[in-house]
Amino acid sequence: MTTSYRVMPGPEHFLPPSAASMGIRLPDPGQGHIHGSIVSEEEALEEAARRFLSAKVPTIFPGPLVLWAWNDKAAKKAKAIRHLYETIKECVHSSQHAMLIPMPDYRPKYPKINPEIEINPNHPNLTIWHNKIDACMFVGVHCHQANLSLKIIRGGTTCYTIAMCAQAGHEDAMLSVRDATADKIIRLADWVKKLKGSVAPPAEHSA
Amino acid sequence: MAAQASFIGQKNKKEQVYTDPWHMMNEAARTPSFFTGSEVIKEAVRRASCDIMVAYPITPQSEAAALCGELFAEGYIGDYFRGESEFAVMSQCAGAAFGGARVFTTTAGPGTMRAMENFPMWAGARLPIQMIVTCRGINSPLSIQPDTLEISYLMQTGMLVWHAETAQDFYDWILKGYMVSEEPDVHLPLALCCDGFFVTHTKDMVDLTPVDMCLPPYDPYRSPVPCMDMECPPVRMMRDPFVMKSNYISYATHASWQQEVWAAVERSRKHTIRWMDGLIDTENTDADVIVVASGTAVSQSREAIAMLEEEGIKVGLVKVKTLRPWPGSEIREATKHAKHIIVPEFNITGWLAREVSATIPNNERVHAGPHVCGGMTMPPEIIAAEIKTVLGVKAPSLAGRGG
Repeated sequence: MTTSYRVMPGPEHFLPPSAASMGIRLPDPGQGHIHGSIVSEEEALEEAARRFLSAKVPTIFPGPLVLWAWNDKAAKKAKAIRHLYETIKECVHSSQHAMLIPMPDYRPKYPKINPEIEINPNHPNLTIWHNKIDACMFVGVHCHQANLSLKIIRGGTTCYTIAMCAQAGHEDAMLSVRDATADKIIRLADWVKKLKGSVAPPAEHSA
Repeated sequence: MAAQASFIGQKNKKEQVYTDPWHMMNEAARTPSFFTGSEVIKEAVRRASCDIMVAYPITPQSEAAALCGELFAEGYIGDYFRGESEFAVMSQCAGAAFGGARVFTTTAGPGTMRAMENFPMWAGARLPIQMIVTCRGINSPLSIQPDTLEISYLMQTGMLVWHAETAQDFYDWILKGYMVSEEPDVHLPLALCCDGFFVTHTKDMVDLTPVDMCLPPYDPYRSPVPCMDMECPPVRMMRDPFVMKSNYISYATHASWQQEVWAAVERSRKHTIRWMDGLIDTENTDADVIVVASGTAVSQSREAIAMLEEEGIKVGLVKVKTLRPWPGSEIREATKHAKHIIVPEFNITGWLAREVSATIPNNERVHAGPHVCGGMTMPPEIIAAEIKTVLGVKAPSLAGRGG
């Protein structure tokens, strides 16, 4: 099935469609996607780095799969994510504000969450809006909950979404890499370092 | 897949070797065997590395369920019991799947309907349970005979729905079904349907994979939702369910959740095409008349097409293998040259004809019928007669048959 639909920053619709229902297909191993178009994994990693470097508030949202050391791989990934965050902080302009905000669990938080310190898959837009986040990456979030978030963010915010997925990737993100490992996260950090200074920072900082 | 791959080459307690599923299904030597559909279910489950099988007896699936009991006694299934009713069975299946087990169950007709509340719950909770549905009549007065009406209800649940024509389909699709439904981007329950009695209680030649090979075990860590976690939805729904909140964000969350279930059905397309060699099979799609059918209506259509060929009337055939995902683009392509599209069905409402009509351009080409229901057979002669009528050729009536 060919489609003209592209997965772009919103706000898209009162109820945006799932990208899969619009004909967007997930990448195969070794591939990623940008806006729903299949690209090589390296191209996707490079573009993700560019998005971080050009955002006012580049943010990483680590989920439960990497927030707890439930196995060696999770601990290794958590360290790689921390390294990516530190790298982004080092490489961005002083007017940019990198953030690391966890998604510790998936329970709806009522009457309200504290958007300063966490994001929730059932109302992720609150954290995006509050912190004026314009580019974010989900990592270590269960696929179902990540897709829940990605659609809601696309529906109601202008945020650029990236999904670093340990499984098959996410077509509801604007950019996604699949089969994520600690090494792949470090490769993304390497791209951030490599592109430092070559990507124009945002014109003004309003966060 | 890494965790599953680590099992390949090891043996289970029955000395079966956990085998690469692609090799097992597509390359390993097959042994022709003469079995009923129920016996075929048993043989597929023997090789499926199922952790648990739960069922409640209802004709015509009772024999398959009982045969799976024998498998348990032989040590091929981890656990096996009879639930208190179909509703209880499907709830118990959910519990087992939430706990990370590979689950198998069977049901039919009124049992399917009784348990219906569970199926959208399974799909919403992303539980890759496999359920065999041996379709039969569901309305009063009671009928245990073949009738496919229950499939139309299953098609709206968010489950994958496949419709087997033969015992061979059944055998292969049970095993392939787990491979598709357990993919992390799919991870949905599968209703693998057949026309009761016609498939379950008749004998057919079936090519079986080696009995000493079995699927690698289910890996719950690939699930797109947390495995049994009492603090997180979809398990812990009673403390903070969306339904009990009245605000925009809770509605939007529930909407996004539903979309994700149907997105997963869409994602199954890629895997299903790979495993099943397409969502449809086609023959002679350059003909002016094409029959589109699923289940045993395909077999009867083949007979009708052969009869018509002897009379010089060429008719094509589309066998619909999967109803969810729906092979819309495939059917549009296969029927693009057809002037008439005949849709024979074993039910009164003609749900397949409605789906086809909603899929193709110029849908006045669709002729919904012939229909039989309530356990009636569908003689190929009535399909041939329908085609002749559409073509303006005189056809003998079967109305007086048996008189």
